[in-house]
Amino acid sequence: MEYHAARHNVPLLSEANEEQDCCHIVEEPDFDWDLFPSSMRRMEGPPIPSISEPSVARHYTQLSQMNFGVDVGMYPLGSCTMKYNPKVSESLAAHAGIVRLHPREPEAATQGILRILYELQLMLAEIGGVPEVSLQPAAGAHGEFLGMRLVRAYFDDIGEDRNQVLLPDTSHGTNPASAVMSGYEVLEVPSKEGTVDLDALEKAVSDRTAAFMLTNPNTLGLFEHDVLEIARILHDKGALLYYDGANLNAIMGRVRPGDMNYDIVHFNLHKTFATPHGGGGPGSGPVGVTEELAKYLPVPMVAREESVYYLDYDRPDSIGKVRSFVGSTGVLLRAYTYIRLMGGDGLRRAAELSVLNSNYLAHRLKDHYPMPYGSLRKHEFVLSGSSMKDKGLRTLDVAKRLIDHGFHPPTIYFPLLVEEALMIEPTETESRRDLDAFADAMIKIAEEAEANPQLLRDAPMKAPVGRVDEVYGARNPVYCWQDMEKGG
Amino acid sequence: MSKVESGYFYTKNHEWIKVEGDRVRVGISDYAQDALSDIVYVELPAPGDHFERDDPMGVVESVKSASDVYSPVAGTVEEVNEALLDSPETVNVEPYGSGWLVLIRSEGPVEDLMDAHAYEAFLETLH
Repeated sequence: MEYHAARHNVPLLSEANEEQDCCHIVEEPDFDWDLFPSSMRRMEGPPIPSISEPSVARHYTQLSQMNFGVDVGMYPLGSCTMKYNPKVSESLAAHAGIVRLHPREPEAATQGILRILYELQLMLAEIGGVPEVSLQPAAGAHGEFLGMRLVRAYFDDIGEDRNQVLLPDTSHGTNPASAVMSGYEVLEVPSKEGTVDLDALEKAVSDRTAAFMLTNPNTLGLFEHDVLEIARILHDKGALLYYDGANLNAIMGRVRPGDMNYDIVHFNLHKTFATPHGGGGPGSGPVGVTEELAKYLPVPMVAREESVYYLDYDRPDSIGKVRSFVGSTGVLLRAYTYIRLMGGDGLRRAAELSVLNSNYLAHRLKDHYPMPYGSLRKHEFVLSGSSMKDKGLRTLDVAKRLIDHGFHPPTIYFPLLVEEALMIEPTETESRRDLDAFADAMIKIAEEAEANPQLLRDAPMKAPVGRVDEVYGARNPVYCWQDMEKGG
Repeated sequence: MSKVESGYFYTKNHEWIKVEGDRVRVGISDYAQDALSDIVYVELPAPGDHFERDDPMGVVESVKSASDVYSPVAGTVEEVNEALLDSPETVNVEPYGSGWLVLIRSEGPVEDLMDAHAYEAFLETLH
């Protein structure tokens, strides 16, 4: 079946014409407006368009039909783990007992959700191999930020002045940003054959090093097999090792970051634990730490005394708060549901299947696209579009053409050390049929590049929006609607 | 095949320098601009800023990525190419000419850099 995205001409609601787009609105017939003091009454209608309910429903439904998400098709965005989000988690999160909770209700009235959050702390601690976990951070990068604040609190406390954070050249872009946000100078450690170069690390670590931020497996989909030695090098110099949890999906239930001697472990619930992702959030990036660092975690922690759950603010060494209340509760509940659904064996099986799916795809594609750094991978792998350069084509063209074949493009141009990178992460939730369809599309595109490169340059043709002029957009950014009305 | 301008010296990070008396002009190579693709933003240091060799001194950003530019020599910035702030694409069009980035008054000798021949050989090793 050939893919075609829905294409509607949907005007903005603010462009609607009240005379034509509105049907009748039911007025309150005999409402006694004098019940309200006149000082509190609005004398004019609010400045929002007056449009009939069916028009609004159609507006949003049509927009959603033009959208592409994991419920529409495969979304193999590398290092993002765009796995399917089970609908049961959604229905539980929409349960009246949850949505009507208010964070200021007394603890006696919120024992249920507190228990869920408490148990989630324990579950994540078990999965991460760390004694304590804070659920507060509202996103992955927020978790990194908390991690760096904890690093700072620790060195302040022991009276050491350290101003550098090390990163491998395969690191996620948020890592240097989080370190700089926390006032650290960033030093890059080169890789050797795709993993951290131990000699280079040894040279880079000094008594000025506060931490090393390391994803494992890394963004090439390779397991950092020297991680224990890496931890030793850091710890020998008194520095800390930070786990970026973006790629936890590959190893969950098989090996624990705490057992790899990481000091700070971050989780992305919106990646690994199947909470919604890719629509702008909210995400959730809990952070777990060793015994030594636990006292610095933000307040409140969810605690239990006998059978009563409560919010524990009595942590004098805490860095304070990084978010209101406990965290993104609705997201935390979804992750809890997912973990309970899967169980320990299920989580391990998910990790194994994510690795199997990735290797299956890599195996099908390795003869059609250059694949640097060997072909055995964890949950993701990196191809290169460099072989198409002689046709005047780039990885961007491959990505755009995938849209015409009904797939969301993978991550492109990352990691930076692979030229014209295509970073593919299928996740465990794709079926054999969908994996094959994706591989077939990628192979077809490689053939099209040879036979009819113009097809790639013109892509996408079957999407609601054609090729966007990204260069113009980046050079002339328009940040909000008002700017656009003024002419950019 | 990327163009390598003779008479220039090159770093492994793909900056070029052109010696002009006791000053050096710095830019990025044709290979670098091609790998970055369309450049959308250039961040430059201010005149008077001082850098040690290999210090990051600016950023070149394309639709694909943002890359630091490292100072190939120790010295003080004398002039920056302000025209790039309005038309960063000049780096793509004329990487060795009007797409230059900064002019540095260097301290000490210019050393450990590749000449055009050595840089060409270095580029060969990247494929």
